[in-house]
Amino acid sequence: MSEIAIQVEHLSKQFRIGANSFQKTFRETVSDAMLAPARRLRSALRGQGTQAATKEFWALRDVSFDVNQGEVVGIIGHNGAGKSTLLKVLSRITEPTAGSAMIRGRVGTLLEVGTGFHPDLTGRENMYLNGAILGMSRAEINRKFDEIVAFAEVEQFIDTMVKHYSSGMYLRLAFAVAAHLEPEILIVDEVLAVGDAQFQKKCLGKMGEVAQNGRTVLFVSHNMAAIRSLCQRVIWLNKGTVLKDGPSASIVNEYLMETVTSSSSRVDLREAVRHYDYGKRFKINDLTFNHGEPILHGEALNVSFNYEAYADVYGVSFGYGFSSLEGTRLMTVDSDLNAPRYQIKRGQHGQLTSTIDTLNLQPGIYLLDVGVRSGDGSALDYLPGCAQVEILPGPSTPPSMSRLDYAGNVRLSGQWQWPETAQEDRD
Amino acid sequence: MQRASTTLQTTPITRIEASNGWVSLQLRELWAYRELLFFLIWRDVKVRYKQTVLGAAWAIIQPVFSMIVFTLIFGRLAKLPSDGIAYEAFSITALVPWALFANALSQGSNSLVGNANLIKKVYFPRLTVPISTVLGGLVDFAIAFVVMFGMLLWFDITPTIRMLALPLFILLVIITGLGVSLWLSALNVQFRDIRYVIPFMAQLWQYGSPVAYSSSLIPNQWRWLYGLNPMAGVIDGFRWSLLGTGQITWSTMLPSVGIALFLLITGALYFRRVEKQFADMV
Repeated sequence: MSEIAIQVEHLSKQFRIGANSFQKTFRETVSDAMLAPARRLRSALRGQGTQAATKEFWALRDVSFDVNQGEVVGIIGHNGAGKSTLLKVLSRITEPTAGSAMIRGRVGTLLEVGTGFHPDLTGRENMYLNGAILGMSRAEINRKFDEIVAFAEVEQFIDTMVKHYSSGMYLRLAFAVAAHLEPEILIVDEVLAVGDAQFQKKCLGKMGEVAQNGRTVLFVSHNMAAIRSLCQRVIWLNKGTVLKDGPSASIVNEYLMETVTSSSSRVDLREAVRHYDYGKRFKINDLTFNHGEPILHGEALNVSFNYEAYADVYGVSFGYGFSSLEGTRLMTVDSDLNAPRYQIKRGQHGQLTSTIDTLNLQPGIYLLDVGVRSGDGSALDYLPGCAQVEILPGPSTPPSMSRLDYAGNVRLSGQWQWPETAQEDRD
Repeated sequence: MQRASTTLQTTPITRIEASNGWVSLQLRELWAYRELLFFLIWRDVKVRYKQTVLGAAWAIIQPVFSMIVFTLIFGRLAKLPSDGIAYEAFSITALVPWALFANALSQGSNSLVGNANLIKKVYFPRLTVPISTVLGGLVDFAIAFVVMFGMLLWFDITPTIRMLALPLFILLVIITGLGVSLWLSALNVQFRDIRYVIPFMAQLWQYGSPVAYSSSLIPNQWRWLYGLNPMAGVIDGFRWSLLGTGQITWSTMLPSVGIALFLLITGALYFRRVEKQFADMV
């Protein structure tokens, strides 16, 4: 039996921007109030409304949907589509302008990792503070203390002030506290895109666990792989309205088809959506495959990255990978696998080139993931699924390669030794 | 634990919609969040003592230095009457509760803006923010109180049965401070020039309170008017219960208590009314 956990009806949220914005000084308000009658009179005489100076925009407009108990729903859409506003309204941080929502159950909100963390408090102190802010009781934290610390892998540093933590440790602890929140409804905004790949996997696993425990989850992400693996259903928001609502597999496909630059050899990442402080200290501006030529199966692959450093960065390594459209990583090329790391000074920009001898992913369409890590393991720039890339059949691709469906993802040619009894067949 | 067990039995239903005009104070919900209140107080106190070199000493330095300056200027030079008590003791009994009030006024009114990151990211009853800041001042107050008490003993002023009334006057400072900071913290979100008014306001308010002088200087027929400043009632009360000077007159106390409660109730109502805009504005 599925009961409705979240019922959203005609929800709208309006923001005012422009001349009469939120931030007024007291003096302005007083003078406005005194001038208002004159202005009203003037505009009434001219037959205009009084709101001429105010620009309004609807972050959400007439949004309606129901979420059943235990459903895990992904919310996708471009920046400014209203995803975050929707989560903020549903978690009661801000009020809607019109419409209503009914929530059945205790709500836990995770719009940011480490909300309320104070740099001058120790890891232990921040655990209790952050727990209280997220709605956990002291008894609850006491009970889960060891589990949280183990999950975050910060045992030795638990009594160190968090300002001395590396950014990776900080994020791990912050996520660990939030991950142990046990509300009936969990509202999560793009928190998985933090930390290193291993920790992300752990976070994703934890999220999956939460989802399987029959809890209702609303999950905003730009990471389509995460959306696909966690959610059965996806709501696609566009300009504040629900554009599509349905099973995640088909909707994510449509979304990707519409949004991602397809089969282009040059990928511009300057304006790409980034999270947290990714791209703030160090940024991949663009990358080009094979000097702009198509990517071919069985041939060499050359990738050149154009980067720019906004801070001195150390122990830098680059990496890229291809994932299936379902979000499974199929191959990874890291610059620090058998090679040193580098330091790059603030203000420098340059081009880094990577070559592999043979690209064995079979022809098809893949998602491109790129990232740059710093010496402490934290990500400087990270863009999972930033483009769709098509690998075309190359000159050495045998005709049988066109029958892809049962061949898996990687096809290697290999060295074969036939017995002498077999004869080479030339036709 | 209490909260967890109640949610197991009954699923809470929350209705989210636009609110209009005056809304209820939701004191029950505030009570449910008392642990958060405790942690916010604890954080403020802990961070304050960790970040400053002198830490808890600041709680003493502020009233003690004011006392020295006041004693030199108003006691020795201006020779203001101090109800026949050593001016040091006379002024410190006012400066210690005043410091508690001044903390509420300055920190409290800045509390919402200072906690903007929380307000934008998590839901909790917003009233906890100014309340925790005002109550956090009690830790400094307790430290200063001990020093003040030692000083009184030094000046051979021994406590009497009247000291039992002191908690009531402490409660009165808290009510006044909270009322003022509810108003100012909410206004400060809407009008950022409030913060520039506050230091000035604190200074004027101190002149209007019997900190440096005795309220016995006020003619009897104007006592009620003077009592409209709740801090006048507080300081008279402190001196009455600790020094045994002056008297508690209804003409001062009634307006003081009345205004303090009025500030608290209207402040809380106003705060709740404008609260929905905080997350969009801070």
